[in-house]
Parts: sequence; structure tokens; C-alpha cells
Amino acid sequence: MSTTHPTNNAPTPAHKRVRTGRGGRWVVGVPYVWLVAFFLLPFIVVLKISVSEMGTVHPKDLLVWKDGGLQVMGDLGHFAAMAADPIYLGSALRSVQYAAITTVLCLAIGYPFAYFMARARKSVQPLLLMLVMLPFWISFLLRAYAWKGLLSPEGWAHDLIVGLGLDTLMAWLGMIPAPGQLMNTPFSLVVGMVYTYLPFMILPLYGTLSKLDLRLLEAAQDLGATPWVTFWRVTVPMSQAGIIAGSMLVFIPCIGEYVIPELLGGPETLMIGRVIWDELFFNNDWPRASALAVVMILMVIVPLALFRKYQAEAQEGPR
Amino acid sequence: MIIQRAHAWLGRAWLAAGFAFLFLPILSMMVYSFNDSPIPNVWRGFTLKWYQALGSDTALLAGLWLSLKIAFLTACGAVVLGTLAAFALVRYRRFRGRTLFAGMVSAPLVMPEVVIGLSLLLTLVSLQRSIGVPERGMLTIWLGHLLVGMAYATVVIQARLRDLPPALEEAALDLGARPHQVFWLVTLPMVAQSMLSAWLLTFTLSLDDVVMSNFLSGPGATTMPLVILSRARLGLNPGVNAAATLIVVAVGVGVAVAGYLIARAERRRAQEAAAAARA
Repeated sequence: MSTTHPTNNAPTPAHKRVRTGRGGRWVVGVPYVWLVAFFLLPFIVVLKISVSEMGTVHPKDLLVWKDGGLQVMGDLGHFAAMAADPIYLGSALRSVQYAAITTVLCLAIGYPFAYFMARARKSVQPLLLMLVMLPFWISFLLRAYAWKGLLSPEGWAHDLIVGLGLDTLMAWLGMIPAPGQLMNTPFSLVVGMVYTYLPFMILPLYGTLSKLDLRLLEAAQDLGATPWVTFWRVTVPMSQAGIIAGSMLVFIPCIGEYVIPELLGGPETLMIGRVIWDELFFNNDWPRASALAVVMILMVIVPLALFRKYQAEAQEGPR
Repeated sequence: MIIQRAHAWLGRAWLAAGFAFLFLPILSMMVYSFNDSPIPNVWRGFTLKWYQALGSDTALLAGLWLSLKIAFLTACGAVVLGTLAAFALVRYRRFRGRTLFAGMVSAPLVMPEVVIGLSLLLTLVSLQRSIGVPERGMLTIWLGHLLVGMAYATVVIQARLRDLPPALEEAALDLGARPHQVFWLVTLPMVAQSMLSAWLLTFTLSLDDVVMSNFLSGPGATTMPLVILSRARLGLNPGVNAAATLIVVAVGVGVAVAGYLIARAERRRAQEAAAAARA
């Protein structure tokens, strides 16, 4: 993503000359109007609906002419109801919980992976990189579906896990409800999400780790640090940018994930994306669905804002 | 020495395990698609019957055709809008509402698709209630895909445009080319390759999309991923395995060919640049 690019190139005179006076209006205007109409406006509509009262079929108007004046017929009840209802609150918390678990697992698997990739012979690195990027081209849906075939009672991964007796341990840890039952559990959901988002973690980590100045590691060892200390005191801090970028790339989409819980999750893994869907299409409750969407936006924006702040500080500070 | 040896072995083992984790599920699915038995674990011999069955699967074929049409239109629209937006962001450093514009361009990359789909759906349905159009279907799915596709196309094209050396355009201007000639003859050919990459990326994104399509589809407009999703929800399905195998192979070949062509064009351009520098 472009966010890692430094944007410090100053405007050059040539660019000013090349822009044509009248063409510019269209170059900026067409995408601008399009984005306002189909991106900004819909968000305002959702915000509006989230504080509207529900009529019989669709939400009532927010502003009403009444007694010769404009009255706001707002209703913040949806947000209050959400905070009180364990279904909504629970699904929001669960989304954060599963996103966090997935992020930590991706980091635990992906960091050593990216580290060893960056230490592999230079000649094989492009191939390894291509292999990591290959799954990006395979649809999310099919990748989630593939795990369905592995973890259902007829799949070989199921046989392997049960054969090794790992299911008893997982049931004891609460990842699955009972031994032998792997599909549609928190376990299958997390496996599917880790599987899908692992490349998003590996790529930024590899990006920072492959640029690491190896002389710094040698210097640390010359000064008497053990490999273990060198790793934790030099390598990890120097790859902080990659760790944070990768974690964001995993955490944020996991919050809004819809397809993977739909195929691999179960009744106890209800996440907020699915609840929005149900409110809209089964209960036809637009305000509730909109209010949930607003909550989801906030859940995404907070980590994003922290990420941006960190990036800005990292660019300003000494490298 | 021993530590280094262990380190190398651990590295190889970790990479191997990681790649196994990334690829075995997809490969298993492809193997299952040739299994005569519908139960994955029971290998009853090689068969192509699931592929033959696809030929008469009208729902899936109709979905595929619709998906291809939407993906084609999405890719074309996204490249046009993305090119304009990239030029606006790179070449026009100051215009009113630039911050808002930059934010709106990149927001679809991070906003959950559920939120984008829901907000677009509610807006379009409200619009339809007041003026009668648009009907939910192919058009509304296309609008949704275009919104997300444009964001990706802008990122790809913007990256190339920003790295463009200004000297070439300055040279063209100094040699007397009109600004519009500079644009069509110098600037555009130089970003054409990133436009092609953006086209391919948005095409595959649209072809794969489930969430936006799920929100924005109407009766009679079921894209292929929606057909697959509804079947996959019900359980394992050898037909889905076969369709998935074909999709993975088609996308893999397409990406490989495109990658080869782009690499070749890149090499040729590098050679030309080197030759020009020597001359």
C-alpha cells in the first residue's frame, strides 16, 4: 500500500507547466464528483439512517416540517440498545477478539518466516517472494472453502488432528466444543483467517527485514551479544515498522470479515459483519444495521489513526 | 558453527512448513476435484465427471458470464477513474478539498467491504424509491466494484506516475510539443504499463468479490462467487472443487502470462534507455 511511501517530493516547475488549464477541471472534477456521489454521500446516508426512527418499511425522515418549523426527529436509541444488548456488544467484542488472535498468530508464524526468507540466498528470494504473493491471486472464498474440505470429518487435516489426539487438548482449551468436532468452531474460524491473512503479514515484514543493515548485527555480536540478545535487542526493534504495518493489514480487514466466518465459523463465533447482514436482510431494520456499521467504522478508524500517527512520527524522527 | 547449522535447518524447516500451510489446502482441493468419490477422504479413482457436470451447470455458467461482464466493465472503469485520480493527486498539488479527495480515494482500501456495501445499498435503494432507478442487479454490483477497484487502480497508477522523471516531459515541452501532445505521446505511454497492471488487478478483484456483490445483487443477478458461496454454505460439493480448480488454473496462467509480458516490456524499455544513454 502506498502509505509506506515517503511523500516528500517537492512540486517541480515542469509539473506546473504540463497541467493544462481547462483539462485540469475534468481530471480533478470527474473522480471527485464520482467519489462524493458514491462514497461520501452513502456514508452520510448511513449516518443519518443510524439516528433515524424506523418506519413500517423504511426509515422516517430525519427532518420534518411540523408546526411551522423544522424539527429533528432523531433517535439515538439504536446505539443505546446496542450497548445494552449482549448480541450486538458480544459480536463487536468477538470481532475484535478474533481479529487480535489472528493478528498475533500471523505475527508468530509470519515473523520467523519473513526473517528466514530475508536470510535465504539472494538468488532464491525472488522465487520465495513470488510464492508468498501467489495466494493473493486465489479468491478468498475458495481459500476459505478449501479449509472446509480439510477440517470437516471427511478431510485429512481432521484425521491428522484427531489421530494425533490434539483435539482433546483443543477441547480442553475451549477452541472446539468437543473432541472430534473441528468445523464451525472458533478453531476453524481462526485457522481460516490466519491462512487467508498470513501473506499480508509476511510481505511488509520481509520488506523491512530484507533491508536490515547486516553490519549492525555483526557489530552487536562483536560487542559480545549472543544471537538471542542480538535478535531481540537489534533485529526486532529495527523491524518495528514492518511489524506494525503487517499487524494493521491483518487486524483491520479481520474486523470486517464476512465470508470466512460464514463458511468456517459457527453459532458461537458470530461476528459483527454477519450481524449487520442479518439486521438488514432478515429483520429489515435499516437503522440498526446502519448503527452497527457506524460502530464498525469506529472500530476500524481507531487503530488506523494510531497507525497513521506512528507513521508520521517515524518519518519525522531520526531513522 | 553448530548454532549456525541449526539456524539454517530451522530456517528451511520453517519456510517449508509455511509454504505447506499456504499451498496444501488449495492443492488438496484440486486433487479432490478428480476424485471419483464425493467424500474427500475416500479415493475411489480418477475421474473427470465433476468437470463434465460443470458443462451443464446453467446456474454456475450464467454466474460466470455475469461475473466476467462485470469484471471487464469494472476494470475498464476503474482504470479510467484511477488514472484521472492519480493525475489529480500527483500533478495537481493544490486544489480545493484536496485532503478530502485524497482521503476518499484511499478509504475504500481500508473500509470493511460490509460497510461500503451496506452504505451504497441503502443509498441506491433510497434513490430507487424516490426516482425509480437504479434497479438492483448488474448495474448496482458494477457501481460497488468500481468504487473499490478505483481505489486499487489509483494506488497502482499513482505509484508509477510519482516516480516518472520530469526531465522527459520537460524535454518534450522544450522541443515544442503542445501540452496535450506531451500528455498523449510522452506521459501516457510511460504509465501505460501500470494501467495494464491496474486493469488486471481490478479485473481479478471484481471476479472474486463476494461481499459487495452479496449486498448489491438483485433477483436474477447472481455472480459466480455468489453461486459458489451459496453451495459452499450447504457443505462440501465436488462441483465447487472442480470449478475452483479451473478458476485457480485460469487465474494462475493469466497472472503468469501477464507477469512475463510486463517483465519483457520492462527489460526492453531498460535496454532502449541504456542504448539511448550510450548514443
